Amino acid sequence: MENPIKTYTLPDEKGHFEIFGGQYVPETLIPALSELKELYNTLKQDGAFTEELSQILKSYAGRPTPLTYANRISEELGFHVYLKREDLAHTGAHKINNVLGQILLAKRMGKKRIIAETGAGQHGVATATAAAKFGFPCTIYMGTEDIERQKLNVFRMELLGAEVIPVSSGSCTLKDAINEAIRDWVTNVETTYYLIGSVVGPHPYPMIVRDFQSIIGKETKIQFKDIANGDQTPDTIVACVGGGSNAIGIFHTFLSDNVRLVGVEAAGKGLKTGKHAASITKGSFGVLHGSASFILQSEDGQITLPHSISAGLDYPGVGPEHSYLKSIGRVEYASATDDESISAYIWLCEKEGILPALESAHALSFLRSPDNGIHSGENVVICLSGRGDKDAQTVAEFLGRDI
Amino acid sequence: MNRIQQLFKKPGGKLIPYVTAGYPLLNLTTKLVLAMEKGGADMIELGLPFSDPLADGPVIQASSQVALKNGVNTQWVLEQVEIIRKSSQIPIALMGYINPILKYGYNKFFSDCRQVGVDGIIVPDLPIEEAKDFVLLSKSNNISPILLVAPNTPNDRIRTISQMAGDLVYCVAILGVTGEKLSKEATLVKYLSRVRENSNTPFIVGFGIKTHQDVERINRLSDGAVVGTAFVEKLRDSNHPVKTILEYVKELKGIK
Repeated sequence: MENPIKTYTLPDEKGHFEIFGGQYVPETLIPALSELKELYNTLKQDGAFTEELSQILKSYAGRPTPLTYANRISEELGFHVYLKREDLAHTGAHKINNVLGQILLAKRMGKKRIIAETGAGQHGVATATAAAKFGFPCTIYMGTEDIERQKLNVFRMELLGAEVIPVSSGSCTLKDAINEAIRDWVTNVETTYYLIGSVVGPHPYPMIVRDFQSIIGKETKIQFKDIANGDQTPDTIVACVGGGSNAIGIFHTFLSDNVRLVGVEAAGKGLKTGKHAASITKGSFGVLHGSASFILQSEDGQITLPHSISAGLDYPGVGPEHSYLKSIGRVEYASATDDESISAYIWLCEKEGILPALESAHALSFLRSPDNGIHSGENVVICLSGRGDKDAQTVAEFLGRDI
Repeated sequence: MNRIQQLFKKPGGKLIPYVTAGYPLLNLTTKLVLAMEKGGADMIELGLPFSDPLADGPVIQASSQVALKNGVNTQWVLEQVEIIRKSSQIPIALMGYINPILKYGYNKFFSDCRQVGVDGIIVPDLPIEEAKDFVLLSKSNNISPILLVAPNTPNDRIRTISQMAGDLVYCVAILGVTGEKLSKEATLVKYLSRVRENSNTPFIVGFGIKTHQDVERINRLSDGAVVGTAFVEKLRDSNHPVKTILEYVKELKGIK
């Protein structure tokens, strides 16, 4: 079994997970980050704040989400598979957990406007939803390439009253949307709250997003005990990793338990083709979007363009905490290709009657990998981070079907 | 003493043009720098292009993309400085984002900078929290780390930044990215007076400066004006880049 961490207190005061993390941002943003950090550290111990968040997660987001035993795929695989159903949370993915937490922070800070980036559109939809609910004007930055492959989510954001700004610089995907959001934030820092959607960016964001997402793991722990026959914790937990927020969310509570933790990155067209988004598996140490982590870069330190069929994983970096957990060997990182993930997407539809997000299908495909190290009879939890309606068009195109 | 330290011993406002290395064409960089000097520039800010320049507006971003397509990397930029040094002693500061420098290696970067004759380094995404080793290595190689201050930087932090920098501080004139509009006079006066009171080193000001009047205004309140986006725009729109740049520097200096 892996080496559980007995006491885990990272990040440190300056946002470092050893050499990873930190605050590599323009000076203009430092006062805003300090203000956010101080407020968050106060509020997380404030009973009224945590109660308000917990109520809204329950009454508005639909938490707790169920832990579903996947009997037909369990039968096929010879081990027990449980699905943590983030696809059933309001707006269809785990993103809402973090968004509701941060929008309460924005309210307490007295900010007048919300901005966010989005890749697949799930974080954009969740942000636009919360902005509508709390009465904030909202601007979402989205790469033109992502707008093309996630038209439904663009329309949803517009219906929710958000302004979607197309970003056509660089690779026209998530990394460029983050650059543009940061530029907006630098310019409007006094009135605007930047609601980051993953465990990336400068401190304190990776910590705040992790804490808000850790509800996934906390619920899983309780639910697993209830439904598994006498076992206290699962043997293995698997989650997909783009920026890595759903993975950190389900892993965090289990870091000090005897549980094998596996993050699955996007291998795109194959790790050897160079067309992938596997920042941990194939990347190297560097700085992107305000923190030090493993990133995809050229020999000259220029950020290289990632590829994944799944817009939510199509990012050349990863949250600094994942890089740290990799470096100490606490979490294993594997990868799944576009083909394998499409196949897992269809598999779950046919066997369990659930359309998974293509992102989550990467985690599912690990179950079918011949060298995954899972023993027969084991209990495995998959974080089913979102639902797959948004990906139906992409899957149809991949299969050469006209819909 | 390096060329930046010598320059800022002299009183009076300075003009510091910026150009992205390798833009618009590889063979123009050394010529443009020498034309800037000939036109009356006091110091040069030479941009190391980066794929994701998040403190820059669309104009400098686009110039970085072109430079990268032209094949520019850190080593090439250092070679250009070496060529310039054969015929010029104008102070040169490099401006680049942290990742390419990190990838090049801090030790090698500063030792190569020293060898070719770089005098200063500006890194817009390296606040003092992350800059300790960087600043030490920079100083030990006789290169001035030019640290940044923003309009919302508190007074005590301005003091810390200026002490850490030692030779020169770069004040970002506005809340925003490069190429946006300069603030109103009263806002600038208030901000730069606050820097004057709290900084024990000379400081230069950049972002949003485009005309001779802007340069004069800024130089009344500081020790130098950096003009960046406006130069890149001139280059983008000109068929005779060297001549255009020479004339524009003269215009900014108020030389008829």
